[in-house]
Amino acid sequence: MIRINCPFCGPRDHSEFTYGGDASIVYPALDAPMDDWHDAIFLRENPCGMQSETWHHVNGCRMWLVVERDTMTHEIRSVRPAHQGNAAVMSAAGDKS
Amino acid sequence: MSARRQTSGGRIDREQHIRFTWDGRPMQGYPGDSLASALLAANEKVLGRSFKYHRPRGVMSAGVEESGAMVTVGSGVRRDPNVKATMQELYPGLAASGQNAWPSVRFDLGAVNGLFSRFFAAGFYYKTFMGIPPFEWFSKGTGLWMKYEKIIRRAAGMGEASRLPDPDVYDHAHAFCDLLVVGSGPAGLQAALTAAQAGFEVWLVEQDCELGGELLSRADDRLERQRVELVAELEKAGVRIMTRTTVFGLYDYGTAGLLERVTDHLAKPPAYLPRQRFWTLRARHTIVASGALERGIAFGNNDLPGVMNVSAGRSYLNRYAVLGGEQIVVATNNDSAYAAAAELAGAGARVSLLDARANIDGSLLEIAGDAGVSLHTAAAPLDATGSAAISGLEVAAASASGWRSESRIACDLLLVSGGWSPVVHLASHRGVKPVWNADNACFVTPEIGEPIQVAGSAAGIWNTDACFDSGAAAGVQAVKALGGKARAKSMPAIGGWSNPILPVYEIRDPARKTKAIVDPQHDVTADDIRLAHREGFVSVEHLKRYTTLGMATDGGKVGNIIGLALMAEALGVDIPAVGTTTFRPPYTPVAIGALKGRNVGEHFRPLRRTPMHDWNLAQGATMTMAGLWHRPWYFARAGETISEAYVRETGTTRATVGLCDVTSLGKIAVQGPDATEFLNRIYSNPFAKLPIGKARYGIMLRDDGIVMDDGTTWRLSESDYFMTTTTAHAGKVMVWLEELLQTRWPDLRVHVTSVSEQWAGSAVAGPSSRAVLEACVEDPSVMGNEVFPFMGVIETTLNGGIPCRIARISFSGEMAYEAYVPADYTGAMMDLLWNEAQKHDGCLYGLEALGAMRIEKGHVTGAELDGRVSIDDAGLGKMAAENKSFIGSAMRNRPELLREDRPRLVGIKPVDRGEKFNAGAILCAADKVSGMGEGWITAVTHSPALGHWIGLGFVSGGHQAWEGTTLVAADPVRKGNIDVEVVSPHMYDPGGERMHG
Repeated sequence: MIRINCPFCGPRDHSEFTYGGDASIVYPALDAPMDDWHDAIFLRENPCGMQSETWHHVNGCRMWLVVERDTMTHEIRSVRPAHQGNAAVMSAAGDKS
Repeated sequence: MSARRQTSGGRIDREQHIRFTWDGRPMQGYPGDSLASALLAANEKVLGRSFKYHRPRGVMSAGVEESGAMVTVGSGVRRDPNVKATMQELYPGLAASGQNAWPSVRFDLGAVNGLFSRFFAAGFYYKTFMGIPPFEWFSKGTGLWMKYEKIIRRAAGMGEASRLPDPDVYDHAHAFCDLLVVGSGPAGLQAALTAAQAGFEVWLVEQDCELGGELLSRADDRLERQRVELVAELEKAGVRIMTRTTVFGLYDYGTAGLLERVTDHLAKPPAYLPRQRFWTLRARHTIVASGALERGIAFGNNDLPGVMNVSAGRSYLNRYAVLGGEQIVVATNNDSAYAAAAELAGAGARVSLLDARANIDGSLLEIAGDAGVSLHTAAAPLDATGSAAISGLEVAAASASGWRSESRIACDLLLVSGGWSPVVHLASHRGVKPVWNADNACFVTPEIGEPIQVAGSAAGIWNTDACFDSGAAAGVQAVKALGGKARAKSMPAIGGWSNPILPVYEIRDPARKTKAIVDPQHDVTADDIRLAHREGFVSVEHLKRYTTLGMATDGGKVGNIIGLALMAEALGVDIPAVGTTTFRPPYTPVAIGALKGRNVGEHFRPLRRTPMHDWNLAQGATMTMAGLWHRPWYFARAGETISEAYVRETGTTRATVGLCDVTSLGKIAVQGPDATEFLNRIYSNPFAKLPIGKARYGIMLRDDGIVMDDGTTWRLSESDYFMTTTTAHAGKVMVWLEELLQTRWPDLRVHVTSVSEQWAGSAVAGPSSRAVLEACVEDPSVMGNEVFPFMGVIETTLNGGIPCRIARISFSGEMAYEAYVPADYTGAMMDLLWNEAQKHDGCLYGLEALGAMRIEKGHVTGAELDGRVSIDDAGLGKMAAENKSFIGSAMRNRPELLREDRPRLVGIKPVDRGEKFNAGAILCAADKVSGMGEGWITAVTHSPALGHWIGLGFVSGGHQAWEGTTLVAADPVRKGNIDVEVVSPHMYDPGGERMHG
């Protein structure tokens, strides 16, 4: 059981979340060429070690989070809201995560 | 020559007698007995038969590693096979019996297998009976094997499980603590107390029924006083004490899996208790004080009843007051056996001690001498003899050229100690490979790198007082790690014997042919290990799987180290070079029922009911599952079959009016100044100019151009939209909208709120639908055709002041509306609508009728939009906007999705109109009925309008590509093959005239 420190709800079991995907992907503009979209959808680094990924707190606050997790050890280095506005508010308020 | 109950001593309650049965024979024991100790006291030697060779087996241990006394407890629905008699607490009325034998374990015809043991060596399953020349030279070589396999499969297995549904209830529970201490031997007791006295919340978890671990098997007043005091202080300090509970696995982030046996020791379990509880415990820190298991030595017939561990002999004497024999031989290669030998002699047995070592110090000589134990050094067991139980032992002496048979000694109990293996399993669950300690001939756990420590014998500390100290030291480390204050204590060193152990894993005299059992539960012999080596299965992973060493219910606790040692010898390397296989949870078997908890039967998945559920039932609905939802399937009138019901419902709806519960559809409120822009980006068809008061059917694509979902979105105001989705994809679409807003488009000012359960909805469909609604709304003028056209939306009030929103949309293909009210008003709305509908001779209709109508019309649902089809495949390509970009617009015209042979939505009809076919059948060209075919059938119905079976599905190229050609609907699993033709999916009212009234 991985414990994820949700910035809104506190430390929770990973079973409260669903896994999203690779958070390092920057999706192209909707009118960008097909090749850009192909790369964003299908190409992944798949690292052995720390990676940035999204999780969705579906059984909690319903917020999307960006988590840095080691794919080998499951160690979580950081958790922040995916929404930059929320992230800014949380760190301005001095979140205790 | 026999075992007997001592007249005093032991931790049994001699005041009470417990009556139980063994193989139908009445027996007696005491509270405090295990089934094994009670049977031993009754001098029952043969308690089981081995897996392959049906060799007689008896008690081999006093703990979880038991591999001989595996019995069946109970009968009928409560029949439990493969129960370790050593772990079964005795209770009144317990009925135990032997297993894997016929007619009984004492006289088993299966023993004939032993005569053919040559053919059942390791790996026989892959070799024997295959390619027998000359019969099978010219074929695959498996013909005979296919016949023999059935016989072998029936012979396989040990006990037999009940096939009846489990009547017991199992609970799940969750908890948090500061410190988890696994095991309540000296180290565990001390560690728990240290942390509790420092103010931390401690869980002390013990698999036995009583606290004390190894202390329970000692006959030392000082130690017993210490134990009792510690337990009292633990209780005073508020430690959460869990007995009869196994920590079966350690997982990430300090999570531990616990299996609590709540009622397995009770004769009459109270109905309000679960049989077992599966705990998920989250601990900030963990101390593993799981002890060590004694190993044996491989020698001839080392599995005969009457051969067991030294510590087992000691435990039966001190804890259960059972002296296992009158003429006892103790064989050892280490110091730990001496105290036990002395105690057994003191209890009145004649004891001989064989020490494999040539040189031992005076302290050991003194122990043996004082107790009257006859000591032989440089001596070891070679071959045990006896028919059903041991009666004698051939002894080997160490010589310059190895072990040589030397003498014979009569005995009725042989106790063997080949060394001790710390229980490293839990630490290994964390991915830490144990490290070989040559001085003590055992594996120990290195640094773990998580807040987990090992203490006591689990850390390779042998001396009892040192174990107490190590527990205290571990407790102090835990306190500090948890942020408390404590004075540091040093951890005692590994080891503690005054004489070094002599690594001995097998006693073999090449001049004598003996059969030594390494893994008793799978009948893996020492020769099997050597066979695996000869055949090239030398890696420890291959050794395990080829021979099945360590794959039985003991998980290798008995035989793994010996197996590794024999492979190391064959390879000519050290044991650590061979390595170990990975230890995985569970440490001891866990019932699937406990893992499932209460999520069984109807509770296997959550059950969702719409607010209309009870109202539907009151109207005579027969329900069906649609995903997690209960939805009405049909409303049978008196005497109707399902077919009669749905055909009537379809006919009535098309003739006048029908009402249908559509509440399970996903409903999402999309609100905010940028709601329009948001919808326009996610739908493939245009939404930017949807007028207020109108609804629009929309199709959502995935990023890769495949259809995700379809639904209808209503515009209620400038910035307020009501989106509906399919029932099946409601959750997925909600997650998708949240993902887009939070991770890709954080600037959009939009809120999405799931309101699926807040709104109840009914379709009102058919030519009289408007008339019905006119009579139900307070202001009938809102229903006029000009003010409320096709695809219009109104917010209004039903009679009685019920707030309602209605859209004029149709899934059935009929002139129809969908009316939604806040869920609390469901019953009131349905009463109103139904009352009015009945005046028009209308009906209620369910999923079967709804399905028939939509299939006839060729309307798609999740059955068609299954994640494989594009918008063009579904025949809706014209809806996609040309003048905007949207999610999926870049990828929907990628080459794969533009192929000529893409699967296209079609209708399917049987060539012989009297035939039937099923959803899931594969559509094949008539001359190639094999493989993936040309398409598939997604949904079928016996069409009320057309009078025969029809279906929807996909076929490559669409129906135009197969004009005039017969295809085959292939369904080898269910129906066989049916000739079909593919047509346009719009098989009824293709012009869509009925919808417009």
